[in-house]
Amino acid sequence: MAVIYIDHRAYEVKAGKNLLESCLTLGFNLPYFCWHPAMGSVGACRQCAVKIFKDKDDTQGRLMMSCMEAVKDNMYLSISDPMAKAFRSQIIEWLMTNHPHDCAVCDEGGSCHLQDMTVMTGHAYRRFQYPKRTYKNQYLGPFINHEMNRCIQCYRCVRFYKDYAGGKDLDAFAAHDHIYFGRANDGVLENEFSGNLAEVCPTGVFTDKSLKEHYTRKWDMTMAPSICQHCSLGCNIIAGERYGELRQITNRYNGEVNGYFICDKGRFGYEFVNSMNRIQQPIIRSKIPEAVDKNTLYNHLKAAISNRNIIGIGSPRASLESNFALMQLVGKENFYQGISERDAQLMQTILHTINSGHVHTPSLKETESADAIFILGEDLTNAAPLLALTVRQAVQRRPFEKAQEIGIPSWHDAARREFAQEKKGPLFIAYPTKTKLDALADNCQHLSPDDIARLGFAIANLLNDTAPAPQEIDEDVLKIAQHIANTLKRAEKPLIICGTSLHNEAILKAVANIAVSLGSEDKKASVFYVVEECNSMGLAMMQAPSLEQARAALKMKEANTVIILENDLYRRDAKATIDHLFEQCGELIVLDHLHNATSNQATVLIPAATFAEAAGTLVNNEGRAQCFFQVFRPKNENFRESWRWLDEFRQFKKGASLEDLNEPGDLMAELVTLMPQFKGAEEAAPSADFRIAGQKIPREPHRYSGRTAMLANIQVSEPKPPEDSDSPLSYTMEGYRGIPPAPLTPFFWSPGWNSVQSVNKYQEEIGGAIRGGDTGKRLFQKVSAVEKIFFDDIPTAYQALPGEWLVIPLQHIFGSEELSIYTHGIAERTPHPYAVISRQDAEDLNINENQSIRVTIAEQDYELPATIRNELPSGLVGIPDHVSGLSGISWPAKGILKTIAS
Amino acid sequence: MERPLTQHISANHPWLNLKDYTAVGGYQAVHRALKSFTPQEITKTVQDSELRGRGGAGFNTGMKWSFVPMDDATQTKYLIANADEMEPGTFKDRLLLEGNPHQLIEGMIVSAYAIQANTSYIFLRWAYKKAARIIKEAINEAYAAGYLGKNILGSGFNLEMHLHTGVGRYICGEETALLNALEGKRATPRTKPPFPQVSGLFGKPTIVNNVETLCNIPHIINNGAAWFKALGLGADAGTKLYGVSGQVNEPGLWELPMGTTVRELLEEHAGGMKPGFQFRGALPGGASTDFLVTEHLDVKMDYQSVAAVGSRLGTGTMIILDDHTCPVGFIHNLEHFFAQESCGWCTPCREGLPWTEKILLSLENGQGRLEDLELLETHTKHLGPGSTFCALAPGAMEPLQSGLKYFREDFEKHIHEKKCPWDEERNGSHLH
Repeated sequence: MAVIYIDHRAYEVKAGKNLLESCLTLGFNLPYFCWHPAMGSVGACRQCAVKIFKDKDDTQGRLMMSCMEAVKDNMYLSISDPMAKAFRSQIIEWLMTNHPHDCAVCDEGGSCHLQDMTVMTGHAYRRFQYPKRTYKNQYLGPFINHEMNRCIQCYRCVRFYKDYAGGKDLDAFAAHDHIYFGRANDGVLENEFSGNLAEVCPTGVFTDKSLKEHYTRKWDMTMAPSICQHCSLGCNIIAGERYGELRQITNRYNGEVNGYFICDKGRFGYEFVNSMNRIQQPIIRSKIPEAVDKNTLYNHLKAAISNRNIIGIGSPRASLESNFALMQLVGKENFYQGISERDAQLMQTILHTINSGHVHTPSLKETESADAIFILGEDLTNAAPLLALTVRQAVQRRPFEKAQEIGIPSWHDAARREFAQEKKGPLFIAYPTKTKLDALADNCQHLSPDDIARLGFAIANLLNDTAPAPQEIDEDVLKIAQHIANTLKRAEKPLIICGTSLHNEAILKAVANIAVSLGSEDKKASVFYVVEECNSMGLAMMQAPSLEQARAALKMKEANTVIILENDLYRRDAKATIDHLFEQCGELIVLDHLHNATSNQATVLIPAATFAEAAGTLVNNEGRAQCFFQVFRPKNENFRESWRWLDEFRQFKKGASLEDLNEPGDLMAELVTLMPQFKGAEEAAPSADFRIAGQKIPREPHRYSGRTAMLANIQVSEPKPPEDSDSPLSYTMEGYRGIPPAPLTPFFWSPGWNSVQSVNKYQEEIGGAIRGGDTGKRLFQKVSAVEKIFFDDIPTAYQALPGEWLVIPLQHIFGSEELSIYTHGIAERTPHPYAVISRQDAEDLNINENQSIRVTIAEQDYELPATIRNELPSGLVGIPDHVSGLSGISWPAKGILKTIAS
Repeated sequence: MERPLTQHISANHPWLNLKDYTAVGGYQAVHRALKSFTPQEITKTVQDSELRGRGGAGFNTGMKWSFVPMDDATQTKYLIANADEMEPGTFKDRLLLEGNPHQLIEGMIVSAYAIQANTSYIFLRWAYKKAARIIKEAINEAYAAGYLGKNILGSGFNLEMHLHTGVGRYICGEETALLNALEGKRATPRTKPPFPQVSGLFGKPTIVNNVETLCNIPHIINNGAAWFKALGLGADAGTKLYGVSGQVNEPGLWELPMGTTVRELLEEHAGGMKPGFQFRGALPGGASTDFLVTEHLDVKMDYQSVAAVGSRLGTGTMIILDDHTCPVGFIHNLEHFFAQESCGWCTPCREGLPWTEKILLSLENGQGRLEDLELLETHTKHLGPGSTFCALAPGAMEPLQSGLKYFREDFEKHIHEKKCPWDEERNGSHLH
């Protein structure tokens, strides 16, 4: 700690930080542009000038940039010094010489850092009398809008895009007062994190194009804290609505999870909520017309849900509450996970490893500080995008530490990057094809899934010779294994990343062996598991049997009822298997948001609220339970939470009449009582009766406008705002205006800080936890390790059989996920289907690049253009997972490859 | 009078090739240094000679070298000759580059040896095409003669030398921007600390020295620190290449003892003002130095003396302002240059310089207002040292702030008369 004197008052601050962040942590309003809490200082904008004095007696002092000065004990400075204030105001005046006065028509207006800083410095009157410079804007793709005239040249966009996120196609061009930030040519921004530009840009140069399509000012949105639904990482988001339409997703800072950034799938993947393809009304297929009202539905369901032959199929993308409500309706013994037997087994292996106490499952934030990383069988950029971003930071940890050794502080971004140059810390990747992160890796092994596992087993054995060793391992592979083993062993914070993307259990077992060999009771090995969906971990923790077992159970039950919760089963297993399952269903009740292949089979179809219209709890891949809250009460009253429907069915089944149905009780409390493994989940967010000073937390900012007018075309009286009995959030502007607990933060705002930069005010220290603790409750209990038991079922080396190929699914950030694909921009970014084959196979079968080939999997033919990859082991074929109808495949699949005779 | 740097350069004679250069004692300093000096001894000698950087900043060269960490023998280090001479009115390095390239190469070998750098670069201004050709040839000669490459003169010391020609940006003369440019990045300056001596080119310890500075090194090694110190007339050591441009009878460049007065330069060497032209002021060391006026004619042209009267020695190449030239137009021309050459990294320079340029132009066009002078004053304050990222904008403000001080009545005349008083003269009133 250090004591510094700001305007003659003493403050205790953390040593080693820069002065700007220290001042902000202390709550001072010191303006800045080029500094960013995640990206550090470069000293370009000169906005954060303060006066620094040599000592107590120095009255002259000199202007210094606070972002470029390290905090030192006994430092004397002034923020309010007239010269410093005049200079800061001058900086704004300079920036304004060329900035258009278009706030009224600018998307950033009302949440603009430049507006806030302008007001903060007091610059008001224009003295610059000359024409402004103008630029030509570029088309940057479906996500980001470009308006260069507004640019104030803070350089944060390129620093984020290139230095932080590893992008290649955005840069600074030209010089002097004509600097241009853009691409070399018009075109789609390629990087998967481009959407963050909208938040990183302090003004309206880079803005959210999806918001533009249904624009609303930040202050006019009804917002709620939410959790991203599009992968297993559980990034925290803020979802905003106006006029019954979900309009924007922004990052919700969580110091333990996503920090300041989210990926483009998470930011833009929300349009399914507004989709025309939503199931609008309960449907009973046997009725004419099919669409029915609630009464008819309940009357129709009476017999079906009372059927003793009933099973419920849950979903890894439905909340704990909805899965639990289904389980309670059908009975624990009749509840099944809606995933394939193999996938259930994968999750079982993961949970087994975690519960045996040999691994630590780090948070996303923790992965940033790893100093040696080994990735097995995952393409992070596509399967868990934000993890790719944290790994990108982690590999720079060691070089940056070296910079610190010669006195370059960690926040001095330009200097540490100049010093570190292209040096990276150790990263090893084993995956069948090249991945984007390969460029950062020390060594990449392109292997079949089983050979990835064998490499893992070999490493475990090299770390601890009691671990079983794979037989007949290649000399070269052994050498690499030794190198990886040594590196992991030497590292202070080694990290293993693996997951379920290749549907290969041996990889998970190999990782378990590495963890057992590498860790000790005091220092468990860190393993980060990438799982498939937003609640895959939560569902697995319910420990229900798989779809395969559901199918077996159905065989014995005539005239049954099957309820499927928010799950398109054709994405889970082979088409024939699912077809067969449906053939055995009597009444098939499906609850979901959107029409899909499974809902098409339903005899009764019930619309389910999406994450934006529902509250719920999800468990992310690290075992963190987090809540999302209803953003708005949908106009369509049929858009009800699955758990609400299901709980009503339960009451109804027990004999309650339609009129007597009660609000569901506390499902989480019930869940935790019945399943102690979820203990803590009920505390993921304050309960519905939580109040601060007797007040609820408003979902609407205090400047929310048009409230009395927006529905006047329908009814001139202002409607009563909906009441929310499920959460401590209100649907009005009134309520507690201070900083709520992190899980209940519907938006970031602080007096004078209208932009997202107001998050500074919510943190205990800049870049640290949200005041009162970050969102989420980790459910995995600390257990002491059971004795060292190794998995010993090591697969044999993959040997391609003549005429048979191993088909593997390749993940795509845009296209592989079910719901985000409804965003047209994401659909636009989805690849055309293809089949990746090895150079060897291409030569053997005489296949040329882009030539159409036929891949036959379980008697299903897929005609796909060939992409030939040198690195892919022969005998393997990769196809994009779920892209353009490539669903209904049981992974990993055996396939036959044939050329198509033209 | 000794003229170590230019003694073998004469106008209209071809450059000294290796044969010519060795014939007049060239490369003796390399022999000497590699055989009988340790690297530390070289640095000490240079430090003792009180040689100060000739690029304009005037920092003690030996001292600069002494900051290079020398404890790790395997450490990669770089030596760079800053030959990106783009300061308006400055043409001193050009003479050295085009006249005696081996003197520079020799200086670089000795300097590289002092810091144990095995790779060196000459960062040359793109427009110096002739120099580029000559240097390339001279480097080849030096390689062929074993002065460059592996195991130079059997000493075990290796040095590679590369010529890099810039693309014509003034900012590349700033040593850290030069490093970025050399790395293939945008020519944006870097913050100091860390200094290039610790983290320079490609993050490695690096020394960047001006051409004239480096050319002095062989002579200091050959003749000793005491000899070098004795060359100066005042507080500063050595000789200096002084230049005079403007309406003088004999504009040119001369190597003279450090500390020669402005008057001597102007009257003896440049032959005085042309008939009909009066001296009004001079920028003593290139465009980014404050004006000196008549009262300063007896100021010694060394670092301290010029600084004492509120200007800087800079590059030592003087630009004369005469009475037929409008000072506002003169300064506008300079600010146009500086605004255009701003790299665009920091706000004050990027946005402030174009504003001053626009105000000066409007004054010239007779559209100025009195409050414009206030705005100009504000800019000279807010674009001062420390407020901007590098020294470009503070340098750009030097002629403006001193211009406002010494030629204020001319600025005001522009406003009151709503035109430039020199307009008619410039347009040739006799045409009417």
